[in-house]
Amino acid sequence: MHPAYSVIIFTTFSGAGYGLLFSMALFGMTGGVPPDRWLGVSGFVLALGMVTGGLLSSTFHLGHPERAWRALSQWRSSWLSREGVLAIVTYLPALLLAFWWVVLESLDGAANLFAMMTIVLSVMTVFSTAMIYASLRTIRAWFNPHTVRVYLSFALWTGALWFNLITHLFGVHTPWIGVFLVTTGVLALFFKRKYWIFIDTHPTWVPPESALGLKDVGTVRSLDAPNTQENYIQQEMGFQVARRHALSLRRAAFFGYFLIPWLAALLTVESEPWLRYSGAVAAVAIGMAGTMVERWLFFAEAKHTVNLYYGAETS
Amino acid sequence: MTMLPPENSGKKLGLVIDLDTCVGCHACAVNCKEWNTGGHSAPLPDDNPFGADASGVWFNRVHSYECGDGPTGRTVNFPRSCLHCENAACVEVCPTGASYKRAEDGIVLVNEDICIGCKLCSWACPYGAREYDHDAGVMKKCTLCIDRIYNENLDEEDRVPACVSTCPANARHYGDLGDPNSDVSRLVAERGGVSLMEELGYQPVNQYLPPRPRRAGDGDGPKALPPSRPPSPLPMGDQAPAGGAAGDGLFRWIDRILSR
Repeated sequence: MHPAYSVIIFTTFSGAGYGLLFSMALFGMTGGVPPDRWLGVSGFVLALGMVTGGLLSSTFHLGHPERAWRALSQWRSSWLSREGVLAIVTYLPALLLAFWWVVLESLDGAANLFAMMTIVLSVMTVFSTAMIYASLRTIRAWFNPHTVRVYLSFALWTGALWFNLITHLFGVHTPWIGVFLVTTGVLALFFKRKYWIFIDTHPTWVPPESALGLKDVGTVRSLDAPNTQENYIQQEMGFQVARRHALSLRRAAFFGYFLIPWLAALLTVESEPWLRYSGAVAAVAIGMAGTMVERWLFFAEAKHTVNLYYGAETS
Repeated sequence: MTMLPPENSGKKLGLVIDLDTCVGCHACAVNCKEWNTGGHSAPLPDDNPFGADASGVWFNRVHSYECGDGPTGRTVNFPRSCLHCENAACVEVCPTGASYKRAEDGIVLVNEDICIGCKLCSWACPYGAREYDHDAGVMKKCTLCIDRIYNENLDEEDRVPACVSTCPANARHYGDLGDPNSDVSRLVAERGGVSLMEELGYQPVNQYLPPRPRRAGDGDGPKALPPSRPPSPLPMGDQAPAGGAAGDGLFRWIDRILSR
């Protein structure tokens, strides 16, 4: 599948934004961090900024961005529509939680309810984003249970990286945040490994004979394509990445989004300030860049059944 | 609208395509383009139509395949267009309701006035039946020529899709596949018509008739022709002269460097 940058940026940043909302709500609700005004301002501006920026970026690839509001209407059948509705609904408890945190500087009573709703809705929104892809039977690399696990764990993990950074900046970092960061990182690493093993061992979904309805005529080879130049179908669905390049990118992504950010997670409030700040900033930068490489591969490695008509042997 | 119609008339208008008789002339694709660029989804734009890199929106595309080997091998021409699935994924994924399936006859259409051009329907279609119009920013697809089949200004016999009316080999048949007694349904039953990619569960309405088995006596196949002249060794591949080998080595080295 053609990796569109607007969609890569959208899924990476909105995922990190919801992950950061999750972290803020979880640690705020449990007293893991104090409801400090400027911590709240930075956390919610960053999280809602990434969510909003991601959503806006996703409209750039539309043919009619001015009609985007119509995408909220078909939530009964379409995961894309559900994702849009949930994204908007999530603003409500998140903004109320931000009001309690920043203006009232208290997380008692009602704030707990908003925090809980923020956590649940953030997870549901990322789940819907993943289901846009995981519901497409045409793409074996997406239509499997691993896709949702990867999207959820990456959102938690990249959100935790941002949370780690701002808690260091405000001097309210605790070992629990380090534990949370390492745990979500292990989850992301584990689910992505499982995902790659799955797509490497399940390359075939539909055999070419079934695509053509030709079952007893021997092996089928493409002789002539309908068109001499690439058409929309081939440009959108026919993108291919060389296997050896995919493997080296997988390795780069591994070092990017796991190893280096994990080392940063070992830093504590007792570390030298320059080390603590630069470590946390590097962890965010490299973790986000690595996630974008991972997202690029998610598209580039995915094969669509329509390629069977253009001579592909697996889909 | 985006939900599949909960109740329908039972009518399933569609095509039956005969892979045995299709000669691969592309007339169906051309007449489809000709009719539809002035029809319901008009226009079907072309990008750089007279240049080296021409592309454009076509609702119908004809592939050619080689099947089998030796005397039993054959060429199969394969026209590909929207199959108007009963369980159409392109309709269900549509976030705006622009993509819909009609309850009265099962035809899948796009309402271009509310399509946002997100292209998700084209990802959901296993058959590549939807093509994006970059000029209008909306998705377009086969309409089963709704502007012909119900067109009272046309003579009765012309009220069939453009691709069917033009096929010189009579390889395309149009009718109601929901009616077991219709000509098309009988044809499918008689010839063992198949659904494409049945395992995906989209229940395509259009059916394909597989090539007929070879008749007895045809088994010998074409005789191998004696070579008219001895094959001349070309300066390629393994037999490349020294200069070529050095050039080849250079490219291999560059490829190695770039692949690191």
